[in-house]
Amino acid sequence: MNFVAPVINYSQVLPILIVLGTALLGVIVEAFVARDRRYQIQVPLSIAGLVVAFVWILKIHATTAITAESAVAIDGPALVLQGAIVILGIAGLLLIAERKLDSSGDAFVAQAAAIPGSEAERTATLAKLTQTEVFPLTLFAIAGMMLFPAANDLVTMFVALEVLSLPLYLMSGLARRRRLLSQEAALKYFLLGAFSSAFFLYGAAFLYGYSGSVGFRQIREAIQTNAGNDVFLLTGIALVSVGLLFKVSAVPFHSWTPDVYQGAPTPVTAFMAACTKIAAFGAFARLFYVGLSGARWDWRPMLTVIAIATMVLGALWALTQTDIKRMLAYSSVAHSGFILTGIVATNKAGLSGTLFYLVTYGFTTIGAFAIVTLVRNASGEATHISGYAGLGKRSPWIAMLLSLFLLALAGIPLTSGFVAKFAVFSAAYESGSTVLVIFGVLTSAIAAFFYIRLIVLMFFQDPEEDGPTVAAAPLMTTAAIALCATVTLVLGILPNSLVHVIDAASRFVF
Amino acid sequence: MEATHALASGTSSLLVWLIALPALGATILLLAGRRSDKWGHLLATALSGASFVVGLVELFKMLSRDGETRGVSQHLFTWINAGSFNVEAGLLLDQLSICFVLLITGVGTLIHVYSIAYMEHDHDRRRFFSYLNLFIAAMLLLVLGDSFLNLYVGWEGVGLASYLLIGFWNQKPAYATAAKKAFVVNRIGDMGLSFAIMIAFTAFGTVSFQGVANHAGPEHKQIMTWMGLALLLAAAGKSAQFPLQSWLGDAMAGPTPVSALIHAATMVTAGVYLITRSNFVFDSAPTAQLMVVIVGVVTLLFGALIGTAKDDIKKALAASTMSQIGYMVLAAGLGPAGYAFAIMHLLTHGFFKASMFLGAGSVMHGMNDEVDMRKFGRLRLAMPITYITFGLGYLAIIGVPPFSGFFSKDKIIEAAFNAGGPRGWIIGFAALLGAAITAFYMTRVMVLTFFGQKRWADEAHPHESPKLMTAPIIILSIGSIAAGALFAFGSSLQHWLEPVVARGFVEGEPALQPIVVSIMALVAVALGVALAYIKYVRVPVEAVAPTNVSIWTRFARRDLLQDAFNEAVFMRPGQYLTRALSFFDRKVVDGAVNGTGALFGGLSVRVRRVQTGYVRTYALLILVGAALILAAMLAARI
Repeated sequence: MNFVAPVINYSQVLPILIVLGTALLGVIVEAFVARDRRYQIQVPLSIAGLVVAFVWILKIHATTAITAESAVAIDGPALVLQGAIVILGIAGLLLIAERKLDSSGDAFVAQAAAIPGSEAERTATLAKLTQTEVFPLTLFAIAGMMLFPAANDLVTMFVALEVLSLPLYLMSGLARRRRLLSQEAALKYFLLGAFSSAFFLYGAAFLYGYSGSVGFRQIREAIQTNAGNDVFLLTGIALVSVGLLFKVSAVPFHSWTPDVYQGAPTPVTAFMAACTKIAAFGAFARLFYVGLSGARWDWRPMLTVIAIATMVLGALWALTQTDIKRMLAYSSVAHSGFILTGIVATNKAGLSGTLFYLVTYGFTTIGAFAIVTLVRNASGEATHISGYAGLGKRSPWIAMLLSLFLLALAGIPLTSGFVAKFAVFSAAYESGSTVLVIFGVLTSAIAAFFYIRLIVLMFFQDPEEDGPTVAAAPLMTTAAIALCATVTLVLGILPNSLVHVIDAASRFVF
Repeated sequence: MEATHALASGTSSLLVWLIALPALGATILLLAGRRSDKWGHLLATALSGASFVVGLVELFKMLSRDGETRGVSQHLFTWINAGSFNVEAGLLLDQLSICFVLLITGVGTLIHVYSIAYMEHDHDRRRFFSYLNLFIAAMLLLVLGDSFLNLYVGWEGVGLASYLLIGFWNQKPAYATAAKKAFVVNRIGDMGLSFAIMIAFTAFGTVSFQGVANHAGPEHKQIMTWMGLALLLAAAGKSAQFPLQSWLGDAMAGPTPVSALIHAATMVTAGVYLITRSNFVFDSAPTAQLMVVIVGVVTLLFGALIGTAKDDIKKALAASTMSQIGYMVLAAGLGPAGYAFAIMHLLTHGFFKASMFLGAGSVMHGMNDEVDMRKFGRLRLAMPITYITFGLGYLAIIGVPPFSGFFSKDKIIEAAFNAGGPRGWIIGFAALLGAAITAFYMTRVMVLTFFGQKRWADEAHPHESPKLMTAPIIILSIGSIAAGALFAFGSSLQHWLEPVVARGFVEGEPALQPIVVSIMALVAVALGVALAYIKYVRVPVEAVAPTNVSIWTRFARRDLLQDAFNEAVFMRPGQYLTRALSFFDRKVVDGAVNGTGALFGGLSVRVRRVQTGYVRTYALLILVGAALILAAMLAARI
């Protein structure tokens, strides 16, 4: 038997490899550098790795190719999303690396293995230990996220899914404060993630059974020629969808979202809320637009119902939340519904609208969570909504920025959120899904209510006595917030440049 | 009407600097905060002056070109590009806008200089200057925008600056209320402008001046009429014209330089600019034009009557501003015969009214911020420079030849008579009556302030203001002496503006000879002055306003009941409406929301059972979801 070496165009996958390589370097740093010097090395190293990866993405921006034995597709959508993930990854890393906010160091537990409340934990805390494994973990997750929307067969997609998920499970459990909540979140995320991955794999097996291949192109051709048993095909679509819908937190696979968003350290929540969603929807779009596009009349009704349920229920649940992180979690559920609207459109406008939505949503979300890290009381972040009363009087800048992000999430004109919503809704309308558009617009109105309620609370109510205070924003958090606010505003007022870039890039290779 | 209005034929890359310089100043001052307290006012003044220099350069460049090719434009960027809706952000500088550019930056810079001294003891002086610069930038954008939408941006910008500056001393609740009032009334007008923009876009698919002008003509009479009425509403709001005039008097709560710049010389005349700029709309819509004339006439009398009863020197001047803008609106409503005179009066008014406001500021400066004219008297000896400059302004506004107001106002009265038929006589005599009343109340202001007996408060020590304050006033009063003759001589301004506002317009036979009109106007003025002389010079003025006055005086003191009217017509029903709405909100919406809340609460209890926090429940939910999807997918096949 002859072994033929796979043909890989390394230049095209270099961004992913750079991030992976930086992560490995980070592991080596953990192993060999003295504990107190690691932070000084890890932060610049990680950010440099991401910057280099981004530069390389810019360099190969015009690539449209299938490489690595057709396991990876590097095309417009993949590169746009990879670029967004890397930039948002930098913003997320800045938040993760922030050490000026918490009096006891950073947001992460001194020793993750120590049992909460135990002697070992106390010793680690007293020794002022801080840990830096979180940086390589973040980079591994980013590498997985970059591969996810570029994966061109089901096996690569599954590997990418796991590469991005495993570090996130760990990172969710690393909160320094309220450790039990954090560990519970991590465990739930892990168990449910494993459960849904099993569905994905089972579905992949069915699709293989149908088409005799795991490659999207082969599956596409099999559907076109109507080659196999279509019960296999439909079962496969259903089960693979479950795995992906879990990752984008669509109803009814969303139940982990509020618990995990609330329990995880807020910088990690910010990072995963933005980047996971981008990666997962990128993969979702590639699978359904490339591999399964021939069967669209079978899966569109199913996804339409799920999109409506996700929008409506996400917005309704968010209405009654009293914890800002849970509220943003449910808002993220509702936004998944909006983005699904773009996917269901299955036209070019739907694809470009989805991409635009993902980019803008990522920046807005990280910005909003970054501000959550700033509002604190003696026991850490004050996440109860009542703590935000009167924020506009005490810290007008922070309140104004949070309002900007909330308005963008609500989709008010002159913010990026409006342009994004407009793009996906008009694509859905164009494709004939009027019902979806009606539900989308109505739900946007409901959703606007809870965003604006928070703004009203901040500006028109008096602050609580001994309420939380806003920490003076330190450098790295400020940088992240400034980046997100600028993008949100610029894309709201002058969306044209990005719209053109994305329009030109919205074509999958197969 | 010709179909081709070539508004601009060349390009210029300097235009953006006109706006960018003051905008930069506002940004720096606002961002630098207290750090720039020491030098902020100087920077703001320098940038405003630099903008004026750019304006002069543009003027000379324009003079070197021929009449038809004088307009220049600069494309900035594509602002909105959404399918058929395409808006370019561009600037347009033609014969009309250059007048405004020079007025805004010229008078603006002088008022910056004046404010350095006037606001010296205010610890928020830097913030004041940043707002002034913001205003200059927004106002320039307003007059330089090449489409209704771009104009709208500047329009809102000056509204914002005006709001911020009226409420500059917002620690006093009354001042904050005045700012709010101006804001609310202006919103009503702004609605008009947005309606006009929507009409233009719906009917013609464009919002640029050029684009709409290309559709002007009798075939679009109805659309143009609606658009004209909407524009008139906008102009009435911004220019304090009937029925949206009530905010201007209260706007005097702002620092006096603001009253001079924004609420006398520039912003309040934006309505006149809007009407003149939209001449192609009004020329195709006689009904809208008639409405403009009516609004102008009503306001010029209304403002003049209010002016006769005001004891607050700034409010008296504000009433006169309202009335003088009434003249401009009237002229603008007369079509091509009047546009140039509207602009001429606007420019001369900009000079003499600004100089009088600054003079009033100088008086207040010397009198411990006293504004009640009954507490002034005989100030001519204490502040000679202020007295002389204010006096020159006074002669200009009442229309004594050869001061500037005479030429511009006289032309408007003449054009009014020439409007033809009974209409011409009515508005002509109304304008004459206005001139007489103007002479009366301005003489009253003059006498009460500078002549008669001292009626000062005990602690008042009136003194002349510093040179930084008197110098700008002196320069402005040169304008109030000479500007009118300069513009009127050989109809220079009329010819200058002709390519923009009155192309192909031929003057008809005048109804009355110009000399007759001038004599009638002078007689009216003399009557007004004489009446004021009898009432206020022959009879000593009381230091406290008498209360046993005729009903008419009381009427005028209460601003002809404009606030009562607003209260009865807008506020009360509004309050009832809001009360009803809040009732509805509480009972019906909240009921529904709470009901929904209860419903969803009930659901939520069930849903919460789902959201238990137990992983097993979540996993079960996923399983059920997967089963449902699977069933749905396969349902068709089984």
